[in-house]
Amino acid sequence: MAAIYKRELRSYFHSMIGPVIVAVLVAFTGVYFMAYNLNAGYPYFAYTLSGALIVFLAIIPILTMRSFSEERKNKTDQLLLTAPISISKVVLGKFFSMATVLLIPNLIFCLFPLIIKAQGNAFFLVDYTSIFSFFLLGCVYISIGMFLSSLTESTIIAAISTFGVLLVLYLWKGIMQFMPSSAISGLVGVIVLLTILVSYIFQMTKNWLISGAIEVVGVIASIVTYIVKSSLFDNLLGNWLGKLDLTSIFTGIVENNIVDVSGLVLYLSIIAVFIFLTIQTIQKRRWS
Amino acid sequence: MIEVKNLVKKYGNHLAVDHLSFQIEKGQIYGFLGPNGAGKSTTMNIMTGYLGATEGQVMINGHDILKEPEEAKKCIGYLPELPPLYTDMKVEEYLQFVAELKKIDKKKREEEMEQVMKLAKLMDVRGRLIRNLSKGYRQRVGLAQAMIGFPEIIILDEPTVGLDPKQIIEIRELIRTLAKDHTVILSSHILAEVREVCDYIMIIAKGKLVASDTPQNLEHLMEGSEEIELTAKTTPENVHSILKKVNHLGEVELKETEEGTYAKVEVLDDADVKDDIFFAFAEAKCVLSSLQTKQVSLEDVFLELTGEEQSLEETTRNDRELIEESDRANRAADESAEEDESVEVDLEREEQRTTDECASEPGETEQVQIKQVSEEEKEDGSDL
Repeated sequence: MAAIYKRELRSYFHSMIGPVIVAVLVAFTGVYFMAYNLNAGYPYFAYTLSGALIVFLAIIPILTMRSFSEERKNKTDQLLLTAPISISKVVLGKFFSMATVLLIPNLIFCLFPLIIKAQGNAFFLVDYTSIFSFFLLGCVYISIGMFLSSLTESTIIAAISTFGVLLVLYLWKGIMQFMPSSAISGLVGVIVLLTILVSYIFQMTKNWLISGAIEVVGVIASIVTYIVKSSLFDNLLGNWLGKLDLTSIFTGIVENNIVDVSGLVLYLSIIAVFIFLTIQTIQKRRWS
Repeated sequence: MIEVKNLVKKYGNHLAVDHLSFQIEKGQIYGFLGPNGAGKSTTMNIMTGYLGATEGQVMINGHDILKEPEEAKKCIGYLPELPPLYTDMKVEEYLQFVAELKKIDKKKREEEMEQVMKLAKLMDVRGRLIRNLSKGYRQRVGLAQAMIGFPEIIILDEPTVGLDPKQIIEIRELIRTLAKDHTVILSSHILAEVREVCDYIMIIAKGKLVASDTPQNLEHLMEGSEEIELTAKTTPENVHSILKKVNHLGEVELKETEEGTYAKVEVLDDADVKDDIFFAFAEAKCVLSSLQTKQVSLEDVFLELTGEEQSLEETTRNDRELIEESDRANRAADESAEEDESVEVDLEREEQRTTDECASEPGETEQVQIKQVSEEEKEDGSDL
């Protein structure tokens, strides 16, 4: 793992992608910092960070697009997969190297509250927690981008699809307002989600029996539940999917000074899920 | 050492490897031979753990490649068809990375890297970016990558494809050096190469193992009736009447050429009739400009075993076309050699080997060597 981590990190800083990402993120945040904190005199650095969140949409796809698609295109994955090292270590090595690239600007951000302090009052606890949460959210985005990169051989497709997914996540709160709230739409939503899950299971296992059985049992169970107690499905979609509003966990710290621990756990779980999915995708490709 | 049992690999409905089984013993050079798309690379990819098999088992030194992948992979150095190089790294950096990846002891790392770079003759380019290296050097970096850590088994997938004759000779020498204390498996669609380097040949066609033996035994496999070829400075009718007087001769095939008459004679009962033919022509005061036994070559075995649809006539016609083509190629090579001294030296070396080979295998014409050159020039074996 250490070998891959070191190689990846070196590669990011040889190829200018690393420095450019650090520079863009710091410069953009610097502009917001000047406008909000220095000019307007607002003492919270966290607020500045929430403005910089949109930069992730542009830089994370560029950071993650090459991670697996390029290896596959250049056939260098043959070296990694025939070396005496497990796939999970390859994936973790790559993930940590990308996280390290993202960590560098976040470490620089740690200086900004000190500058505010030099000018007067600063709120260190809020600011540093928000920097930590900002970094963690970036890692969630990295894990998603890495997974999408492992699905394709083209870096361009990897970048664009990552951008699309991140954009949807960024606008999640707004999209959720359009979710229908009636019980029947909740039922339909549950069945659609179930079908997506089952089709993924079928893709991975190629087993009609298991995936078919899960689908049938799931559909029957939801319909029976709907008939017995339809109120359970009221507003279900909005409630469930609303929990996936990742940015609000970060902005919650900024706006209300509330740290949502369950939200941070959700961040970590999503990272774990996408790392797992990346490993599975690579494993699966060996067998197809 | 390596045990492959009942290996099957399916790509959708296409059967790439079809119930392949073989064993590989220590300390020899094995050659996988087969036309393009025969399943050589797929088999190697499965053996090294890059691909999973649909069915079957691969044991490396007693470790199953699927159940104990790390133990099994430690015993293998693999050079795939396309060397897996990170072009944004320097040669030295790259080898350092591979050494680390293969979990070589930190203390030994430097020493082994030096050794490997010396063997692969990479000392001059150690500080250069791989991106800027030529194809030949990239291949050598790939080879160095496979050698690092000196694993017991070294698997090379078409190691000489796309190299010039000088580099091919160098790589072959390197493979021979490696074979002194490693087991080497290499794949190729070039017969001459496999014959040149390998102790043991496995011929694969359409995912099946069709033959596996030493090169000599494979040639014996095809030996049935012997044939004699001769050219005489006289008319076909004369040749026919002279040959009639010699015993143990079967069918005679005659053809008039510029120099006289070419005849192909079948020999019956394994008799040694060369002397008799010579004296018969001497008695008739007829000049015999050539007389030789035609031997079955590895090419014939290969074509027989791999080309089911091709009729024999078709293959011989292809052979002739090939020879003509390679003659042209040879002439071109000679011309370019005159321009470049260093290449000339190599061609001389090649010629030296050609004559050596002819000496060790009497009767076999230069066809093999010529063919080899032509195949190397074309860089693919679509003709087979």
